[in-house]
Amino acid sequence: MSDANGATLGARTLRVCALYPDLMNIYADRGNLLMLERRCRWRGIGFDLTASGLGEALDADAHDLFYLGGGQDRDQRLCAEDLLESKSASLRSAAAREAVVLGVCGGYQLLGRSYTLGEQTIEGVGLLDVRTAREDDRRLIGNVAIEVHLDDADGDSAGRVLAGFENHGGRTTLGEGAAPLGRVLRGHGNDGRSGCEGARSGNTIGTYLHGPLLPKNAWFADWLIARALAIDVSQLAPLDDRLEDEAHLSARHAAGL
Amino acid sequence: MAGALAPKLALARAVAALSRLRGGGGTSAPGKVLLGLDGDAIGALGARLRRGSVLVSATNGKTTTTAMLAGILERAGVPIVHNAAGANMASGIATALLAATRRRGAIAGELGLFEVDELWLDAVAVQLRPRVILLANLFRDQLDRYGELETIAERWANDVEAERFVLNADDPLIADLGRDRPEALYFGVEDDSLALPGMAHAADAKHCRRCGAPYVFEAIYLGHLGHYHCDSCGQRRPQPAVIASDVTLEGVRAASFTLHTPAGQARVSLALPGLYNVYNALGAAALATALEIGLASIVAGLQSARAAFGRAETVTLLPAQASNGAGNGDARAPRELRILLVKNPAGANEVLRTLALEPGEHDVLGVLNDKIADGRDVSWIWDADFELLAGRVRSFTCSGTRAPELAVRVKYAGIDPARIRVRPDLRVALDEAAADRPDRVAPLYALPTYTAMLSLRELLVARGEVSSSWS
Repeated sequence: MSDANGATLGARTLRVCALYPDLMNIYADRGNLLMLERRCRWRGIGFDLTASGLGEALDADAHDLFYLGGGQDRDQRLCAEDLLESKSASLRSAAAREAVVLGVCGGYQLLGRSYTLGEQTIEGVGLLDVRTAREDDRRLIGNVAIEVHLDDADGDSAGRVLAGFENHGGRTTLGEGAAPLGRVLRGHGNDGRSGCEGARSGNTIGTYLHGPLLPKNAWFADWLIARALAIDVSQLAPLDDRLEDEAHLSARHAAGL
Repeated sequence: MAGALAPKLALARAVAALSRLRGGGGTSAPGKVLLGLDGDAIGALGARLRRGSVLVSATNGKTTTTAMLAGILERAGVPIVHNAAGANMASGIATALLAATRRRGAIAGELGLFEVDELWLDAVAVQLRPRVILLANLFRDQLDRYGELETIAERWANDVEAERFVLNADDPLIADLGRDRPEALYFGVEDDSLALPGMAHAADAKHCRRCGAPYVFEAIYLGHLGHYHCDSCGQRRPQPAVIASDVTLEGVRAASFTLHTPAGQARVSLALPGLYNVYNALGAAALATALEIGLASIVAGLQSARAAFGRAETVTLLPAQASNGAGNGDARAPRELRILLVKNPAGANEVLRTLALEPGEHDVLGVLNDKIADGRDVSWIWDADFELLAGRVRSFTCSGTRAPELAVRVKYAGIDPARIRVRPDLRVALDEAAADRPDRVAPLYALPTYTAMLSLRELLVARGEVSSSWS
């Protein structure tokens, strides 16, 4: 790396923990992890991926970024129980020291307070003050684009766009302690009514956008990497993102934007 | 009954004629009209088939398996009614039956052979009351349309009936459908040399259908197909009666195996590539076995099977098309275009694995569409192992409605971005990809999704490079 920042960062390693990668991977969640890995390595930043499965304890201090994807109903239920039993305290403590926690689709639902399926209510980790209930009438499916304001400093500057695909039967409602990740520009979002998509509390982020999310929004992958390493995104060496930018536009276009 | 049906048949036939006049394919429109007039038409027409019907369903390989069966039945002298064009929802099956109906309640065929869409299987089976249903596999496919695999498996378990089931012993989701069906006939692969080092990234069916404990896989052949058992409840892969052993894979061209059936064994040479086609052949052989068709007809039928529409089909590009632009090889020589349909991770992985068996660096034209028949959600490309092509690509042209997203996928798979070009317009993409040729004689490999494959063929038909198969 010729870049001065890159040289400094070269000594750094992004330590990622994928939660239940063999079960919670239904929407090609592997693509999100691959984006993080390649974009670190191309910049000379180390990348260390650990998988944490059913029954395995979680070391809160060993990772900078925790990733939880979506799964089939049965697998999601298994993981929900396991999260509460063997990982929830660690995840909370990691979030408290500002590690990044990203939940996508089913992973987003599990980061919330609860998920109600008919008579049954599954308790979530509660990192996000949201509740999800399954409505049987219709799944919310389609391309989606949202506007996000991620940096607290530029609260009134123009937002950026995240584009992706959503496919969920659950309707998620934000509690008083939760802020939405973004405003729906096209698509359904949390519940198809509120105009809100996802939720965010500090560095904990939940969203329904898959497709996968990061390959369609390379800028957001960089934002997550920077957050997880506790640096400013401008400190990351620039990459040749011509293909990534085209893919982002393609996904926005598919959503009708 | 036939009297009441006759005017409806006539009307639907008129629609078929009109549809053809307007240049439409007519593979499902007439059936749609017929079903609008009479919701039970499939049952009524199916009842005219002297030997009844057999159905084939799966997420992967329906069209090829059914085409192989058509070949076997032809050799066995059984006249069939068959939805050969791959229109596999109720309307497509009704169209095939309508096309075979003759005057006075007659029908041109003795046995119905239909491939059926996964979600239509219950409705079609209620109508046709089939003799045999072949269920070949359940792989992750178009989640936005089909939903979860478990949901399909539940539907098949609860709502689909037939006199007999032919099931893939190597797919735990499928094999379990035989739980309360002692007459089920199983088929499977038994060849240790084929076992993969591990499961695909997005393999499904990792947990026991009965008790939820993780399956232990002794061997994995393809996706989640293999030899498995459950330590917790003792469930295990059923012993198949129809088996493939000693499998030999010959790149994108061919495959061969030894077929074992209760009637004896024989070596089978397929003119189709890949282990996935061995599975297709094995399913066809098992269904034919259930119909008590002789081994000689089975072998002859399988060996005569050629690529079904757009599946491992080879087209010769005329020099005019192959020589536009700055070619580096002999621009006047015709060039082969091999079309390998990819539509979901399991299918794509087998195509990529097969392609990787061919030596050298390849020229690839990937066409990613997101129309309804492709699945609107293109996230599946990240579950497909394009990594298999890393270091093996001379050029990768990305086309289709979501071309740039395919380009990002292959870039992150380790293909040099300098070798990737993005040309959303298929015509431009085909011309440039065909013209960019190496010094040696080498084919261009097209990997299109379903609607992209139709567009590609249409383009080739318009240029006179391939004849229309709708005729």
